[in-house]
Amino acid sequence: MFALVDCNNFYASCEQLFRPDLRHWPVVVLSNNDGCVVSRSAAAKALGIPMGVPAYQLKEAIVRHGVEVFSSNYALYADISQRVMRVLAELAPEVEIYSIDEAFLDVGGIADLAAFGRRLRATVRQWTGITVAIGMAPTKTLAKLANSGAKRFPATGGVVDLSDRERQRRLLRITPVEEVWGVGRRLSRRLRLMGIDTALDLGARDKGELRRRFSVTLARTAMELDGVPCFGLDEAPPPRKQVISSRSFGERVTSLAAMRQAVCAYTATACEKLRRGRQYARSMSIFLHTSPHAGTAYYGNAAHGSLPAPSGDTRDFHRLAGRLLDAIWKDGHAYVKAGVMLHDCCPMAPMQLSLLGTQGLHASDALMTAVDRINHSGRGQVFWANQGIDPSWTMFRSHLSPAYTTNWNAIPCVR
Amino acid sequence: MQPPTARDIEIIGRPEASAGVAVALAVASVSAGFPSPAEDYIEQALDLNDLLITNPPATFFVRVTGTSMIEAGIHPDDILAVDRSREARHGDIVIAIVNGELTVKELATTPVLRLIPRNSAYEPIVLREHDDFEIIGKVTGLVRRFR
Repeated sequence: MFALVDCNNFYASCEQLFRPDLRHWPVVVLSNNDGCVVSRSAAAKALGIPMGVPAYQLKEAIVRHGVEVFSSNYALYADISQRVMRVLAELAPEVEIYSIDEAFLDVGGIADLAAFGRRLRATVRQWTGITVAIGMAPTKTLAKLANSGAKRFPATGGVVDLSDRERQRRLLRITPVEEVWGVGRRLSRRLRLMGIDTALDLGARDKGELRRRFSVTLARTAMELDGVPCFGLDEAPPPRKQVISSRSFGERVTSLAAMRQAVCAYTATACEKLRRGRQYARSMSIFLHTSPHAGTAYYGNAAHGSLPAPSGDTRDFHRLAGRLLDAIWKDGHAYVKAGVMLHDCCPMAPMQLSLLGTQGLHASDALMTAVDRINHSGRGQVFWANQGIDPSWTMFRSHLSPAYTTNWNAIPCVR
Repeated sequence: MQPPTARDIEIIGRPEASAGVAVALAVASVSAGFPSPAEDYIEQALDLNDLLITNPPATFFVRVTGTSMIEAGIHPDDILAVDRSREARHGDIVIAIVNGELTVKELATTPVLRLIPRNSAYEPIVLREHDDFEIIGKVTGLVRRFR
């Protein structure tokens, strides 16, 4: 038996948490670079502000309804997320963190699921201030549907126990097939041509046929709708194969010097992520491109290169990144995005490389550890001079809220 | 058409819980007579987090502005640890939302529900059923730094 716990309007709720004056107010959160709406409070939804609408189209709503706009504050969301996940881990035997605001729980062996769900929901609400919806069912795919039911119908109190076969059928019958977990818009068009319109139709279909005409995954999804568990709780995801660091620029980048700083900064971030996962990488690629919508000539390119041996040292990747950038840089373009990817990751294992000289390796590891420690301590920052000191290419975050939970100078005030 | 696998969301780093500064405490006490040689050892490193935080996911920090609690020893600029998981009872110091504002007061549940400032210049706030208020949590600790 699985439960899917999903935070309601997560980013907007985090913003409201320390702004009690905004508790019942229309609040929206914008994506990177203040691009478009990625989260809406209940009141903002009620105003009819759609998901994904570009920020400049909100002007009227801001003037007429006083909609409060926030830039994405990832430090805050990550902190609140890990609090929610920790509460879940305390109350449920096994937890799979599925995304920043969703987790699957193994709730097998719990007698009164509805009562457990209500207790879980109340505890998360009391401890963290975040409201969640909980869907429980024999399979993950059904739990996902139960969860959307819990969100859609207020009468459920945010908790739906879908273990009863007849209740499953009633919900599946009114669920369009494109709303099933893992069934996208394009796939659903093909399914509808075959007369599969609802989740119930998909679950009743012959699984062998689905496997032949589509994929094993779709056949499994159909079995899950039928109540047969195929996807287990993913307790230990395999170590990542790539590490990515990439962002859109706040201001277009036109000079090689500025681009070099940006690529060096992304490389430093990617290397830190790599080390946090206790991994080395052997090769890297970088990419950059101009805006595909600007109307001017589009240019985009990528380059890939390898090191002689796996490394976790930012300096090795900086040297390589510089050469890769020189290979693809073209003057005369206004770049909107660049990024760095580290490949061929393997666990840190200095012993295997002792032939290359452990002395040098240890010194490099020690230096990188020292750099990461200083940056995590919150007392100061060290960074590579090639990132630039006051770079112009950083993100636009003009509506950023304070780091309420991660910076002593930004904690909320009480009278 | 994505198969149901975890979405690619990178959770950004935050300071480790253990990043708190450990303070070594020598347990030897000053007394007459011969000191026990064993007492020369440092018993354990103290972490101030242990003292202030019993339930990490439910503990938040807030800063005090104003003097409404000055007679309870809570001064402007003090930092309070608030545990949202602890049930507030009569006589506890709590953080509450009243009129859309965060406030620190003493909770009184009898004879009527009130939030009491600990400053004789202020009046208690009587809470009625239809008022917009919420008790957020119990204040469990105070941090004050001196120059």
